[in-house]
Amino acid sequence: MFVLDHLWIIPLLPLLGAALNGIFGRNWPRAATNSVALGTTGLSFLATAELAREFFGLAASQIPWTHSYFTWIAAGTLRADYALQVDQLTLLMLLIVTGVGWLIHLYSTGYMHDDAGYRRFFTYLNLFMFFMLTLVLAANYTLLFVGWEGVGLCSYLLIGFWFLKKTATDAGNKAFWVNRVGDFGFLLGMFLLFRQFGTLDFATVFDKASAMPAETGGVGILTAACLLLLMGATGKSAQIPLYVWLPDAMEGPTPVSALIHAATMVAAGVYMVARSHVLFLHAPLAMTAVATIGTLTAFFAATIALVQTDIKKVLAYSTISQLGYMFLGCGVGAFGAGVFHLMTHAFFKALLFLGAGSVMHSLGGEQDMRRMGGLYKAIPWTYGTMLAATLAIAGTPGFSGFFSKDAILLAAHDGPYSNAFLYWLGVLTAGITSFYMFRLLFLTFHGSPRYDEHSVHVHESPSNMLVPLVVLAILSVAGGWWAAPHLFGGADLFERFIGPVLGSSGTAAAGTLLEALLGAPVIAGIVGFLLAWWLYIRRPEAPAEMAKSLNALYRLVSGKYFIDELYGAVIVRPLVAISTSVLWHGIDERGIDGAVNGIAQGAGEFGERVRHLNSGNTRTYATWVVFGAVLLTIVLVWMRG
Amino acid sequence: MVPISYYLALSAVLFGLGVLGFVFKRNIITIFMAIELMLNAVNLAFVAFSRALGQLQGQVFVFFVIVVAAAEAAVGLGIVILIARNRQSLNVERVNLLKL
Repeated sequence: MFVLDHLWIIPLLPLLGAALNGIFGRNWPRAATNSVALGTTGLSFLATAELAREFFGLAASQIPWTHSYFTWIAAGTLRADYALQVDQLTLLMLLIVTGVGWLIHLYSTGYMHDDAGYRRFFTYLNLFMFFMLTLVLAANYTLLFVGWEGVGLCSYLLIGFWFLKKTATDAGNKAFWVNRVGDFGFLLGMFLLFRQFGTLDFATVFDKASAMPAETGGVGILTAACLLLLMGATGKSAQIPLYVWLPDAMEGPTPVSALIHAATMVAAGVYMVARSHVLFLHAPLAMTAVATIGTLTAFFAATIALVQTDIKKVLAYSTISQLGYMFLGCGVGAFGAGVFHLMTHAFFKALLFLGAGSVMHSLGGEQDMRRMGGLYKAIPWTYGTMLAATLAIAGTPGFSGFFSKDAILLAAHDGPYSNAFLYWLGVLTAGITSFYMFRLLFLTFHGSPRYDEHSVHVHESPSNMLVPLVVLAILSVAGGWWAAPHLFGGADLFERFIGPVLGSSGTAAAGTLLEALLGAPVIAGIVGFLLAWWLYIRRPEAPAEMAKSLNALYRLVSGKYFIDELYGAVIVRPLVAISTSVLWHGIDERGIDGAVNGIAQGAGEFGERVRHLNSGNTRTYATWVVFGAVLLTIVLVWMRG
Repeated sequence: MVPISYYLALSAVLFGLGVLGFVFKRNIITIFMAIELMLNAVNLAFVAFSRALGQLQGQVFVFFVIVVAAAEAAVGLGIVILIARNRQSLNVERVNLLKL
């Protein structure tokens, strides 16, 4: 019961690593930095494994296991403890974060090997682990928010890691500001919950909320709170309308994209919605909003990914799209399926990013797929693992993405919140996903080489980069088998595991995955694959022709629907204009500076006039003395009289 | 007996001459003498009042003034000699190191 009683060990270990490397590591050799960074996160993973062992010994009545360590804030009736809790959902997230996180740490020792900011990188990465673990372990919204903001901070620091590059710092700022918008909603949602329930502890809030009637009639307090929480989630998890920061976030080092902007941090929004599922289930309107936003984002981002040429940008839009699937799962009541997809996505998307990083590494930093091609012979390990991940994300039967994605679509089709429109849009998106992922694979690894074979020496990555790839590839293939018995009408073991927390999606009785095997999502995936094969292997000249014949559409999509430009014109530019002309030149310069400078200048001018009295001329002083004496005499006489 | 107003008028005239000399003259020695003139004008007024009122305090005060004036003359002339040495001039207009 050691770890259960000392849950704080798990997040504090990476914090210790960050502190050691950040404060004392200035002159340490690489090996010392490595052992601190990997050692603390590795120990954290081992502690989580031990926690899992102890956790399965607990009786059902002891779950969620909550432990309050000290009171952090006590103000009026608000009491926020440093309280951590463990239930099945937390345990799953902990395993994902520490496991995938450690693998990415290992990968980074190879990828960042020649970087001058090596120590800084691992300091930030460990700090991120601390905040992410705080986020998933928190037993109240206040502490969750601490982790929430902390991972945002680390995201900002790591996007702008190469801070001498203007685009990188701009991207970091953009991520920070866009997330502020979402966090504003999250905060308001928390205030509303506190006003309603008088506390922000998960257990109390959910108990009281589940006693309330479902708000079917309109917008009640729970619906409002849920919509505000959703606003926070759209910021962190890059959903419409706040997704714009994630593609730019690819300016950061690739392991960061894998860890923060694919596997863990961006899933925090999904985690938060799943964690608050009791509230959402009492607010049908908010559920519809979650499902709709998720599906639209999934579709929208997938179409943009179709025409991107930067390998990391394709993966970024793919991440947005897959996060949309998770929201769809949550929105149709299948929270378990949403979290399941979160897990499988963490495996295969982290793998895809790391694989892309390996490709870039082997090509000396090239990111443009138009200058790749034919790499599969040169870097077979990278190719094999990326193939596994591509098959997984495309929903190939037997691979992890198939189980999780189809569980979501099954719930959208048959579940209690089923919606035909969202289902078919989801199926269409599955086809598009398959297409753009195979397009990426074909453009990168197949066809004839389009890079300069004389100047670029293609080489396979070192083993400390390949080991994480292989481990993640195994997980990407096998990670979904948890749910495999569901194929044949049996129980969905994953759902049974997570069920005590998130409930059932309600689809078990309605259909089995075997029906889904021959269902629309798989067919859509196959069509997508065939199209990609036809366009990029069979007739490589066809895409350019199509782009020419569908010029307007192509330009619209490759311009990312000009959403950035729209936001720029509608929000950013007016805001900058008002800030410049009114707030800066008006209030700041005229008002505040004017008052301060005015007083100083008035004193100066007064002094300028008066200083002429102090001329240094003795006779003038004499005159003043006489003048003063006469004045004094007059006053004295006048007072006597 | 000469009425007191005569003495006071003379005292006022002497004092006024002292003020004018103090303000308008440029030579330090002259200014110094103007100050002495003002002091002695006041002394005259004191003595006149003392006599007219039949009290001795005024005369005692005159002694004080004479003593202070002697001390002042000693210090003041010392300063004048130093100025004359350093500036090669007795013109107060040239004593202007403190001027902005």
